[in-house]
Formats: sequence, structure tokens, C-alpha cells
Amino acid sequence: MALMRLSSPHAHGPASTQRVMLKVLVATVPGILILTWFFGYGTLVNILFGSVIALAFEALALKLRGRPIGFYLSDLSALVTAFLLCIALPPYSPWWLIATGMASAILLAKHFYGGLGYNPFNPAMVGYVILLISFPVQMTSWAAPRGLAATPGFLESVQACFLPATFDGITMATPLDVLKQNSSLLIEDLWSQNPLFGRWGGLGWEWVNIAFLAGGLWLIQQRVFTWHAPIAMLATLTLLSALFYDGGSSASGGSPLFHLLSGATMFGAFFIITDPVSSAVSLRGRLIYGALIGALIYIIRVRGNYPDAVAFAVLIMNFAAPFIDYYTQPRTYGHSKRGEQ
Amino acid sequence: MAEVSYKDLSVNGLWKNNPAIVQLLGLCPLLAVTGSVVNAIGLGVATIMVLVISNTSVSLIRNVVSDAVRLPTFVMIIAAAVTCIELLMQAFTYELFQILGIFLPLITTNCVILGRADGFAAKNSLGPALYDGLAMGMGFAAVLIVLGGMRELAGTGALFANMDLLFGSLAADWKIVVLPNYEPFLLAILPPGAFIFTGLIIVLKNLIDSMIKKRQDALKERPIKGSKRVRVTGAVS
Repeated sequence: MALMRLSSPHAHGPASTQRVMLKVLVATVPGILILTWFFGYGTLVNILFGSVIALAFEALALKLRGRPIGFYLSDLSALVTAFLLCIALPPYSPWWLIATGMASAILLAKHFYGGLGYNPFNPAMVGYVILLISFPVQMTSWAAPRGLAATPGFLESVQACFLPATFDGITMATPLDVLKQNSSLLIEDLWSQNPLFGRWGGLGWEWVNIAFLAGGLWLIQQRVFTWHAPIAMLATLTLLSALFYDGGSSASGGSPLFHLLSGATMFGAFFIITDPVSSAVSLRGRLIYGALIGALIYIIRVRGNYPDAVAFAVLIMNFAAPFIDYYTQPRTYGHSKRGEQ
Repeated sequence: MAEVSYKDLSVNGLWKNNPAIVQLLGLCPLLAVTGSVVNAIGLGVATIMVLVISNTSVSLIRNVVSDAVRLPTFVMIIAAAVTCIELLMQAFTYELFQILGIFLPLITTNCVILGRADGFAAKNSLGPALYDGLAMGMGFAAVLIVLGGMRELAGTGALFANMDLLFGSLAADWKIVVLPNYEPFLLAILPPGAFIFTGLIIVLKNLIDSMIKKRQDALKERPIKGSKRVRVTGAVS
């Protein structure tokens, strides 16, 4: 916490919950547009349907808890949860998958614990992980990127959401998944033979990540959050993937650039781990928090059973956040480090 | 110990002091084996039998066991009862025995059983002790079965699958498909589902309790406004 060293009058900071949430929503737009360009309207349909469901669940929970509905709905936090979860869900998810995820996120992870500000875990990631371990088949089939398969139109995308099993065959393993399954090809061959890998982080994925990076940098510039957690996470991920690159072998874990620009790296770094409620609070704490998430992401991606790891890493570190805060309490002004006067 | 009424014992075991959702004892088997109704019934019946046997035996020997060695003695009695039940299940319901696995012998360490033995049976005569074992066991089993039903329904969309494991070939077609074309919701069957659904049952119980209390309060006569009372501490309602 920075100490105020000026005498009054002080200008009041205009940051309200609503404004902060609105900025986060705006910052996701470039990423959503790129996702839609490469993977079709699926993500857009997810978000449209998911937002309606999320607001409905939020209103229901607020009504049951006897809280003012309009006041809490207009802080947009439910909408942010809906956007984050729906971006993370595979495009063309069926409606019941989205509804189950939203119920888990809004009711279980948020309101069971006391609503916004009291949730120890990131609601969107709780929803995602519950879906991932409950419905592994639906959750691990991601749409094929533009150029490798025909992308369905908007109407077809809506049908995919609400009618049972309208089409399959447009899904494909993600680059992270292919790299994990690979046991015979060298990294170089993988990139030159499989068009899925694109230039650095996978066809489509690299641009999606760059778009989320841009949105995240704008949020830092807007002072929605500090740079500590994202930079620490990205730096650790880079460091570990460089240390264990082993590019000449088929067991390689992938290059730093691949890890930075594939899967949910940038989305996680700037939109998930920066959640002010469930992350560590002190600046030093955020560095540790981000760095450990980066390490966990690399370990789970390369050694774990699931292709991507952001959600698991974030939830594990959510557990640790109060502990980190306890040991990184900043020194109070006027007290020595050991707390004496 | 004051005289205990059988009605109080039933109410305590089944509702007011339910071992599973009020005392929160014996959660390990409760959470581990309630993936389906048949497992829940199997473990529930085994627990009832162990509770009745142990409460009866403990009550019978309560005057001849010294305080210093009472706990080891009780545990030995419980372990003996569990072993009998385990062998019985191995003989008659072998497949269920295999499914329940380690959780059958683990009934020995179920806190409900030792808790009732030391807390109730060791201080009461045979009749109430036996009945308390039965009531507590029923309360525990009821929660097991409700939880098993909820998790099976949420997890697979069907109820009463594989009942033949317990009731023989007669029960082979007892399975009810409640929701056809249901996508299995693995979370409900996995351990986290057990925690979430146990929490929901506790919520439901507390909700019913508060509704009952509200109704009783409404029936009570209200104090006359303006009547003078001595204020002690805290808020006066």
C-alpha cells in the first residue's frame, strides 16, 4: 500500500467496481474478435447465451440472499465471470454445458461463499474445472482453426448450442495437446509437417494470445491491476520452458515462444490471475503468486494429464494466496521490519 | 443418568442429533461410498448392525469394565462386530463386498460407533442402549441413502442401478432411468460431489429447522408491549 504523502485536498479516484469491470469487459473484446475470426462464431454464441444465464443466476442468488438485485447486477461482475468462462469454454459448447458451468461459477464459487469480494476461488475457473473433470469429452474438443476446416456460419453455431449433436468433425486437437501426445517427431518436424502449429504458438492461437496481451497491457495502462502478477507468471513460464526446452528430442516440452503464445497463457496472465479478490494482495505477494502459477502451468502442461493448465494452476494458488499474504505483509510506516515501534 | 424416553432417542438419532449431518461424524465412509444407492444401503445396513451389536455389548459389560481400559475394550468389541459383518457380506453379497472394499473394515474407526459406545451405551441400561444404536444407525443410514440417491441421480441420470448386488436377482430390473439421454455428470460421483451434496443436505436440514422454529415462535404468545423487564445484556428483542 502506498502511503499518502500529500496534504488535503485529495482528488477522489473514480474507480468503482462497475468501471473496473467495464474496462475488463472492453479489454477482452480484441481477444474475442480474433477467437471468432479463427474458430467461428462459437465463442460469440457461448458469450451471448452465457451472459444471459449468468445474470439470471446472479439475480436468483441475490433474491434468495435478500440483497438488492439491481445494485449488484449493475456492478457487472457476473458479466465478467460469464465472459471469462465462455472464452475459456470450447466454441460450439452445448447449452447445458454452459448452464452447468455458470451455475457452478455464480452459485457455488461466488454466492455460497458470500458473493463478490468473499470468494476465495476465481469463479470462472471453478466453473471451468468442474466442467473439465465432469465432461472431459466435450471440454477437450476444440474447434479446428480457419484454414484447416470449414467454419460454420452464425445460424449453424446457434444450432450447435441448442440442438443435440448437430455436427462433429470440425473439432481438432489443440497444438498443446498434439505436442503432449507426440512421442516420435522432433520439434522442427512437428512445426514443418503439421499446419496446426502455425508460426509460433499454433495456427490462430498465436494471434488470440497477442490480442489478449494487448487487452491486458491496456488494462495495466488503465491501472486496473499492477504488472506484478502477470509479468512474474510470464517470466517464470519463459524461464522454465527455456531451461527444459531440449529442442533436439521428441520429448521436448516446447519452446518459450510456444508456451507464451499457445493455449490460455496470455488470457490467464492478464484476465484470470489478476482477479483482485482471489489473488494475493501485497505487491511482493503478487510476484510470488504469479511466479508460482507460471511454474505450475509449465509443470502441469508438460508432465500432467491435461493439455492446458491455467485453471488448475490458478485454483491451486488461490488456496495459497492468504498464506502468501501472511508472509509478505508490507512494513507499517513507523514500525521496524520486525513490527517493533 | 436421568431416565431416557424412547421417543427422544428416535428424534435424536434420526433428526436432532443426526450423526452424519449434525454431529458430522463418520464422514469418511459417508463421502467415499455414496456414489450410488446400492452402495449406500450396503454400508448403511452394515453400520446399523455394528452399532446395535456394539451398543448392546458395551451396555451389558458397562459395570465390569474399569474406566482406565474402557476405550480399548470398546474398540475390540466394535472390531469383532465389524469382522462378523464383513464375513457375512463376503459370504452373501460378494460383489458389493468388493465394491465397498476397505470401507467395510474401516467402520471400526467410524467415530459414530465409538462415540455412541462411550457417550451413551456405557452409561445406560440394555434397552435404551440397544434402541439408541438402532436410531443412530438409522439416522446415519438415512443420510447415506439420500446422499447416494442424489449423487446417483445427478451423476448418471438413473436411480437404483445394480440393486441385485444386494437383493439378489429379484432386484435386477429395479433400475429407474429418470433422465434418458443424460450426459454423465462425473463431478457428482467423484469425491468433490460428495462434499457438495453433503453440504446441500445440511443446508436443507437447517432450512427445515429454521422454518419449524419460525412457526413455533409465531405460535408463542408475544410479550405485552410496554411491560417492564430487567435488561440483562445484549439486545432485547
